[in-house]
Amino acid sequence: MRKEIKSSVPADNEIILGILNDSKDILNRLYKTYFPMVLQLVLNNNGNEDDAKDIFQESVIVLYNKVKSGNFELNSKLKTFLYSVCRRLWLKRLNAQSRNVRNIEDFTDIIPVEDDMEKHEEKDRQFTKMEHALKQLGEPCKTIIEDYYLQNRSMQEICEKFGYTNADNAKTQKYKCLQRLKKIFFQS
Amino acid sequence: MKKDIEITNLIDAYLRGELSSAELADFQQQRSTDPAFDLNVVEHENLVGHLTEYGDRVRLTSEMNAIHEEIDVEALKREVKPEPPVIYRLWNKYRVSAAIAATVAMIAVFGTLFSTGYFAQGISSNFTQMRRDINNIKRSQNALIKNISDKPSRGPVNPGQFGGTGFALSANGYIVTNYHVIKGADSVYVQNNAGEVFKVKQIYTDPTYDIAVLQIEDPAFSLASLPYTFKKSASDIGQSVYTIGFPRDDQVYGEGYVSSRNGFAGDTVAYQVSIPVNPGNSGGPLLDTKGNIVGIINGKQTFADGAAFAIKSNYILESIQAISQDSLEKKLVLNKRNTLTGLSRQDQIKKLEPYIFMVKVY
Repeated sequence: MRKEIKSSVPADNEIILGILNDSKDILNRLYKTYFPMVLQLVLNNNGNEDDAKDIFQESVIVLYNKVKSGNFELNSKLKTFLYSVCRRLWLKRLNAQSRNVRNIEDFTDIIPVEDDMEKHEEKDRQFTKMEHALKQLGEPCKTIIEDYYLQNRSMQEICEKFGYTNADNAKTQKYKCLQRLKKIFFQS
Repeated sequence: MKKDIEITNLIDAYLRGELSSAELADFQQQRSTDPAFDLNVVEHENLVGHLTEYGDRVRLTSEMNAIHEEIDVEALKREVKPEPPVIYRLWNKYRVSAAIAATVAMIAVFGTLFSTGYFAQGISSNFTQMRRDINNIKRSQNALIKNISDKPSRGPVNPGQFGGTGFALSANGYIVTNYHVIKGADSVYVQNNAGEVFKVKQIYTDPTYDIAVLQIEDPAFSLASLPYTFKKSASDIGQSVYTIGFPRDDQVYGEGYVSSRNGFAGDTVAYQVSIPVNPGNSGGPLLDTKGNIVGIINGKQTFADGAAFAIKSNYILESIQAISQDSLEKKLVLNKRNTLTGLSRQDQIKKLEPYIFMVKVY
């Protein structure tokens, strides 16, 4: 009944290193290596491919946050970690949809990931909060903030992009935007 | 406010690492001495940290979406999809064979039933309708040829393909017989005891009660008034009955008794009668000792002794009432006077003879 998904698996430490270096190639290989496993899990437990995509991407985000926070100890196989996170996420989603979940059909070993899940949930909340705050901020503030803080553009570039007559105007604008964002983000 | 903008820019520069070492030292100095400034820095740092995390996640998701696009999800799905339970797999594997087998079985069953005439029989294979199958066709053809070369006769002399019995309903030429006797007929003739043949037409047929009403076409045909009447009430078990029919070319008398209130397989339309009947008796009258018609012979059980069946007389009356009187050329009036009561059986039969006909079907 159970099929093992075979493919050339990148070494775990190679992946960790790739994550720390923001390597796109490693992300690509990680994704293609482990997505089938999650797809199998979800399809076999009342889900469809879109559910699998969501769950797997979330688990990768969990992995990235964990690795980048610097306290990642590889005390299990990466595969087991990802699988356990996905299983956990999927169970939670099934419960949220109040579907009948007696027992999930497992394909590999699992490890407890409760701590990671708690951290992830906190980060998830912050993420949603920020998303809402930025949406509320409106244009052009949103773009200025994103350009400066996310894309790391210089004030000079932003000044040219938005057609401000001098950099001071741009700086004033950025200051106002940031103040508003701070207000929305911390108050909500 | 001017000052606030400066401070923000300073912190941004600090976070981006754009400060020179002198400026950095100055910045650190100010943080340690001015708590308000320090709080400002911490708040700012916190916000920018959340912003960065947000940005990282957005970027990571978009990268993953790009990778996801490259994956052939449908192919993967086929590879990993849950295997259906054993019963479905067996069904998928063998459904074509099963369908063929079922078809063959059905053809075999229905073919056999059809070829053995199961569907052709009215009620059941255990029930035999008593019409006579006359299979001396060769003789009939010879007779026909002879007739043509001689002179035109009033009707064919040959005994048709099927034969049964019928009896008069009224003196003006209405005759009742079984529906199954005349079913599928091209033409129907009746022959009386004297050997005279008359062409008849079908007035009314009732397949459910197995009753057919015929009329002699000859307008001059007439009988003396009928000696018998039709019994309206049901007959009791043990009632002595007799019949006269044409199992061969001459009238044959048979005697018996009503043995059950219901007919074959509980059929309430008929009686079970213990009486010797043979092919050709179908449509014959069943009379009680007083000369009342109590039924009309229509069949017998194939593998049982002395189990013949007769349609109850009240269904004959019902059928007659169903005929629209307006559609009839002559009025169909049933006899109300019984002249057979009290006569000996031989005298009863003598009086009955002219009213009982052989029905010949072509």
